Amino acid sequence: MKCWDPRIEEMPKEDLQRMQYKLLKSLVYRLYSFSPFYHDRMKEQKVHPDDICKLSDVQKLPFIFKRDLRDNYPDKIFTATKDELVRYHVSSGTTGKPTVVGYTQNDLNNWTTSLARGLTSVGLGRGDVIQVSYGYGLFTGGLGMHYGAERIGATVLPASVGNTERQIELMQDLGATAIACTPSYLLHIGEVAEKMGVNIKKDTQLRTGILGAEPWTEGMRNRIQDWLGIRAYDIYGTSELSGPMFTECAEQKGFHIWSDIALVEIIDPKTGESLEAGENGELTITILQKEALPMIRYRIGDITTMEEDICACGRTHPRIQRIQGRVDDMLIIRGINVFPSQVEYALMAIPEVGEHFQIVVERKGALDDMLVRVELNKESFSDKINEIMKVRQKVEHRLRNSLNVNVEVELVEPGSLPRFEGKSKKVIDKRSM
Amino acid sequence: MDIKKYVIRQISIFSENRPGRLAAIAHALGEEKINILAFSIAEANGFGVVRALVDHPEKAHDKLLSLGFNIAFTDVIAVHMKDQPGGLYEVAKILGDAGINIEYSYAYSGKEGAVLILRVDQIDDAITKIKTSGATLLERSVFH
Repeated sequence: MKCWDPRIEEMPKEDLQRMQYKLLKSLVYRLYSFSPFYHDRMKEQKVHPDDICKLSDVQKLPFIFKRDLRDNYPDKIFTATKDELVRYHVSSGTTGKPTVVGYTQNDLNNWTTSLARGLTSVGLGRGDVIQVSYGYGLFTGGLGMHYGAERIGATVLPASVGNTERQIELMQDLGATAIACTPSYLLHIGEVAEKMGVNIKKDTQLRTGILGAEPWTEGMRNRIQDWLGIRAYDIYGTSELSGPMFTECAEQKGFHIWSDIALVEIIDPKTGESLEAGENGELTITILQKEALPMIRYRIGDITTMEEDICACGRTHPRIQRIQGRVDDMLIIRGINVFPSQVEYALMAIPEVGEHFQIVVERKGALDDMLVRVELNKESFSDKINEIMKVRQKVEHRLRNSLNVNVEVELVEPGSLPRFEGKSKKVIDKRSM
Repeated sequence: MDIKKYVIRQISIFSENRPGRLAAIAHALGEEKINILAFSIAEANGFGVVRALVDHPEKAHDKLLSLGFNIAFTDVIAVHMKDQPGGLYEVAKILGDAGINIEYSYAYSGKEGAVLILRVDQIDDAITKIKTSGATLLERSVFH
């Protein structure tokens, strides 16, 4: 697959790491000198820029967290002046006060370049029509993808979220070849299209999906690909990193994290120690080139693994695997860690039930009680009660096996669980209500 | 004997066990001017199956499907019973003696006597046995 910038994308690993070291060193000097926030943090950690003598010395630097951004609302950590800022984005603030991200023109350029590389790596380019069905506005998804798609010479259909029937009409009329949206919104589009009598596979030119902004699974990918006749690629990013930043390549084997843009570490969320490639831990990112809101060892809270081997596509940059859960989404049920994504993964392998689900956790007496509500598929409904009971037992059994926790399953009518046109909220934890 | 004319199409609907679900089904059928001739609800921890004989099963199926319900057709038979003590015994005995299992059943008692609706494991055998033993089976045309 051709590269947007082969010199960087296929650069030998040693050269990449040398480049990263230089960028890190200058970043640390700059922040120590000009950012009161980072200066104080480095002092607290008793680390000086002179201590950074090799790439792995990044581990000497302090972590920063989402709460640091909230505590410094709106722009106390910014290292660019108002004159240099060209844009703001504001995160949804679902877990507290919103966070504000500012961008200089260089920040926007790096963001756009990162996406241009990613979109090219899945085979998109001139002649493609990319329907951007992420929200436009304060959320980074719409505008980020918009500029990335324009940069590669594709035609952008800035559809944003909502008005789904119109989206489907435009998809047909303007021959959209790719769509960028959340996986749950694409499922919703698929369902609405079916109701309208539109077969996405046959009646549209759609062949690529760039899906992200919420966790999803390999099973969901297979289902989307088979059902809609497209190749579905995962995309990763958060507003603090700029927005949606890193995509999978055509190999679908994890996100390429461009080493000239970001330095990735996987750490143990409890001890903060760096883990080896292939080990499961919390994603921690240092953005090497960011002017307005620099990020050193930012602990995103996403759980994943990193792969260092060279991808079959020829790109030398490390890959991180599909996000398995969030440190803070993690449910502790009777002392056992449970991620909603594990539930989704288990359900995907059971054809009798749908992909939407809801987890309800309650405390009954001293014990936690986990209920999973899932839709019974039309094809597997029979008049016989005992066959429905068997489906339920099968789902309970599979969930218990994969989660190591007793789960009660409630079968509900198809279409009755809430569909979300943005980030899915699939967990109702009544213990905290 | 034309066995098929005694095979009646019952509609079976999956329903969550929560307030308003039966009303939703009944409202949809009423809107389509579909008359319910007999029905029952089977309940199992958390969900239920509503089973009904209606005058227009296809129309009922399409309407409920369009509303997102899980719905299936099931073949059942209807046997005329004497509306008096021992009436059920006479019918049940025929099937029991023939080794035919009743999966479920429900009944109604109307102007023209009592009727037992049966879902059995061997429907053709059941029809033959009931006919030859002299009991009266209701034809499909009585319902739809």
